This record gives sequence, structure tokens and C-alpha cells, in this order.
Amino acid sequence: MDDFSNFISHFFSPAAWTFLKTLGERLMSPIGFLIWTTFLKSTILLGIILGLVSYTVYAERRVSALIQDRLGPNRVGWQGLLQPIADAAKLLLKENFTPKNANYFYFRLAPKLVMIPPILVLGVLPFGSSLFGVQMTIASINVGAIYVLAISSISVYGIVLAGWASNSKYPFLGGIRSTSQMISYELSLALSIVPIFMVVGSLNLNTIVQYQVEQGWMIAPFWPQGMNWHALLHPAAAWQAIAAGMSLRHLLLWIPLIISFFIFFVSMFAETNRLPFDLPEAEQELIGGYHTEYSSMGFALFFLGEYTAMISGAGVITTLFLGGWSLPFIPDGSHGWVWGLINIGAFFAKIIALLFVFIWVRWTLPRFRYDQLMKLGWYFFFELAIVNIFLTALILTYVK
Amino acid sequence: MAFIVNRKKLTLAEKLYLPAIFSGLAITWKHMKRALFGKGIITMQYPEEKWDKHLPEWYRGAPTLVKDETGRERCVACQLCEFICPPRAITIEPMEIPDGSHWRKVEKKPRAFDIDMARCIYCGLCEEVCPEQAIFLRKDYSITGLSRDQMVNHKDKLYEMGGVMNGLVIKWNEKK
Repeated sequence: MDDFSNFISHFFSPAAWTFLKTLGERLMSPIGFLIWTTFLKSTILLGIILGLVSYTVYAERRVSALIQDRLGPNRVGWQGLLQPIADAAKLLLKENFTPKNANYFYFRLAPKLVMIPPILVLGVLPFGSSLFGVQMTIASINVGAIYVLAISSISVYGIVLAGWASNSKYPFLGGIRSTSQMISYELSLALSIVPIFMVVGSLNLNTIVQYQVEQGWMIAPFWPQGMNWHALLHPAAAWQAIAAGMSLRHLLLWIPLIISFFIFFVSMFAETNRLPFDLPEAEQELIGGYHTEYSSMGFALFFLGEYTAMISGAGVITTLFLGGWSLPFIPDGSHGWVWGLINIGAFFAKIIALLFVFIWVRWTLPRFRYDQLMKLGWYFFFELAIVNIFLTALILTYVK
Repeated sequence: MAFIVNRKKLTLAEKLYLPAIFSGLAITWKHMKRALFGKGIITMQYPEEKWDKHLPEWYRGAPTLVKDETGRERCVACQLCEFICPPRAITIEPMEIPDGSHWRKVEKKPRAFDIDMARCIYCGLCEEVCPEQAIFLRKDYSITGLSRDQMVNHKDKLYEMGGVMNGLVIKWNEKK
């Protein structure tokens, strides 16, 4: 290595070489390394997510078409694959109109408040194990789950603000509905995942994923640590691992975890304003609700914000319940960069599967009335979530 | 008098929503699976596939002018269609049929006959009012143009679209 750098140094002037050398040292120092890897990870993750967002819109249109026996957009590019680009170009070229009586500052602020929180949520999600020894989480913080809950509810303010600042009746009704919706699902959303923290004993999302690698996914706790390459090649070891997973404690804990998965999943539909809980939008009754008055990029930010929220919501569900980046029999990134890439692929594959479920449900179910949603949230999910917490506590205390 | 509607008592399964939700999901899944293999799709891809063969006999498309079997312009420039046209899409400039012409006894024919397709509402009143059965609504429905001028059908175009119509009007024949 020293020979090589000596060889390279002949091509630079001494001053430039010292500069490059100090730059290299700075970049490889712990702080410098953290900064540039974090920057790189954020850029790449953001790129992937924004690409995924535009193709989720395309998938939504194609899948809805297939469900309704139609074809969907199939003209722009092969099978319509360039449709998202055409849509984006159209939205960019439209006039960004602000109604005369709208409150300009809040009217312009609202779309950004809807778009930014879901992107911030992505910052704490472990989207892969590790690659070349770098942990594939942008920020592994110990309050990860609380951070997710806190940040993702900010986007409701964007919707309420849009409804109020538009100074128009339909957006206003949309904003009011959004508020009423938030107070009915937010409690059960947060309470439903408390059992996970009790089981794992940590709020750090990385620790939660690591627990699931070792003990099996939250919704399918059947493969404790034994499920690796060795188990695949030796059936006896695999049976032993499965038998170890079938302990009484595991099976009993499975019940509250499935309940909390169910509540969290349903609340996530409300959180992302998707059917059957898309009351703030309700295009048939409220002409689009809170984004009625928006055009061009203002509308695009709401629209894409909804899909980004879907993706980060799916990411949170994956991380908490579906084992994050882990797959049975697949080792983590410390065994080679190929496995690291496969882990990242597994994470996104799970997200895509969940996005499909989101779309599938949207084109199947009718909308709930908003008193029905409040009833569901307050009379049913809230109680169920609280009982669930005590159930988990009992199992954790008395079943070893 | 108060009238009480007897509601069906819901079973537990119905109250839980869940069975209904899953059966709904099963139905949409079935449709999606079928549509994925191209079965049961009802979309007609317009410019390539058209519905033309299934247009009914009475379909009201673009109005056109017709000639009779001897090649005579049926229109006698009476201007009734011009007067009845609700959006005033028709403009006729009549002329006298010159002496020595075979059809001199018909006396008038249009020098210019313009139908502004940007105005036409396809109501068919021109066809109804025409005493000579010279104007007919045909089956052309895809009428486009890049300017207002291009949307005006002139006489040549109208005869080209209309073609020949063998009809009941034989009062100008020689035997009469």
C-alpha cells in the first residue's frame, strides 16, 4: 500500500499531494467516515424512495385497472413504464396557482409539511444489515420508534393547514375530517406497538430487527437462531430449530403480537389517508378534500406525499413485524457484500409486497363513514390495544 | 303514522366486517388474476380498435351532401337547412343553373355549401327538413382540424363524403 501511494505521489505536486493526503486522512477518520457514508446513504436511499414513489403511482393505476377489468396506462413506453415521467413533466409545466383569498404563506407551506415527514421517517429505518461494514441505517437512534410515531403524525398538520389556508369549503371539510380521523386512530396506532417494545426491551429499530433475526419475525416467530445455512443443509438441525421456536412462551406471545400487527396495519391505512379511511380526500363527496385548490407542484407534493407516507408506513410495518431486512437462511451483511445487498433487496421486496396490499385493499373496500371510523378507533381498537398490552405483560411475567 | 323498518339482526361474523372484507379481497384478486392474463378485459384501445361496425343505422355523424344516380347534385339551394340549423353551421351561396344545361328546369344549385363542423351539433334537423333528400348525416364521427378553417367542410368535401344516394326524389326525371 505504501509503495502504491509513493508511486501515485509522483503524479502530483508536493502541495497537492499533502492536501490529498490530509483529505484522505480526514475522510477515513471516524467522524469524517461517518459524515460521508451518511451523506451517501441518504442520497441513495432518497433516490430509491423517490423512484419507488413514482412507480407506486404507476402500479396503483395498473393494478386498479386490472382489478376493474381495464388496461390502465399502457401507451408511454413499453407497457406504459414511462408514464410516471410523463406525469411529472406535466405537473412541472402546469401553472402553480394560488387562489386570491388563500393565506399565501400557509397555503404554500402545507404541501411541504405533507411531503417532508414521511421522508424524515425513512432516516431511522434499518433498510439493510450492513454493507462493507457500514450499518445500513442512516441514524440508529435509541428512540427510533417514538421518533417514527412523532414525525409521521406531523403530516396531518399539513393537511389541516391546507384545508384551512385554502379558504374554501371543501378543503376546510377535508381538514376537519383529517383532525377527527387523527384523534381516533393515533392512540391505537401508538398503543398497538407497545407489546413489541415490551418483548424486545428496546425502542431502537435496529435492536428490534436484530431480535427478529434471532427469535423469528414478530408475526411468525418460528425460526430462532438455528435457521441458517447449516440448518438448510442438515434437516435434523432445522427440525431442532423449529422445535426450539415452538416453545410455550413463543406461541403465547404470538397472540398479542398478531393482534397488535392487525391494529397497527389498519391504523396505518388511516395514517396514510388511504381507502377505506381516506375521509380527508373523499373525491366523490369533497372534490378531493384538502388539495382541491392546489395545482401543479403543490398538488404533486400532496399526491407524492401520500405515496411516500405509504412507503415509509410499509417500511415501519416491515421493520416492526415482518423482520426488517431479514430472511430465513440468509446471513447478514457481515458475511460478504452480496448478502448485504440481498438484505437490502429483501427489505424493499417486503415493502413492495405491502404496497401491493395497500393498493389491493383500496380498490376493494368502500369508504367508512367518519362516525364509523371514530367508533372503530375509540370503541374497538383503543380497548383492544390496551388489553393487548396487559396480556403481553402477563405472558412475559408468568411464562418463562 | 310511524313506520318501523325491521332490520335484519346481524350475526357476529357480519358485525366483525372481517369475513366480508376477505371475501371482497378474494373477488378483486380473482378479477386481477384473470385480467393479468388478458382475459375479461373490456377496454377498447381506441385508435387501433373502433366500434364502427356496431354503429346503428340511425347514427348521426357528420352531415354530408349526396348526388343521385345520374350524378346530379340533389341540392337545389333552397336554403331550408341553412335557416333551420340551430347553431347556424351551414352557409349556402346559391347560383342559377345556366341555360342549355341538362338540368335547367331545376333552376338552382349551390355555388358554395359550407358546413362548419366546429359549430355543428349533429342534431339532424337539416336532414329532416330537406325536401330534396340531399343532405344526410353519415357515420363519420372523428372530425379534427388544426384551425377553425380546417374545421369547415366545403362542397367538394361534402359530396366526397356523401357519395351517391338512390332515393325517392324522382320529380326532376325526364319522364315527369
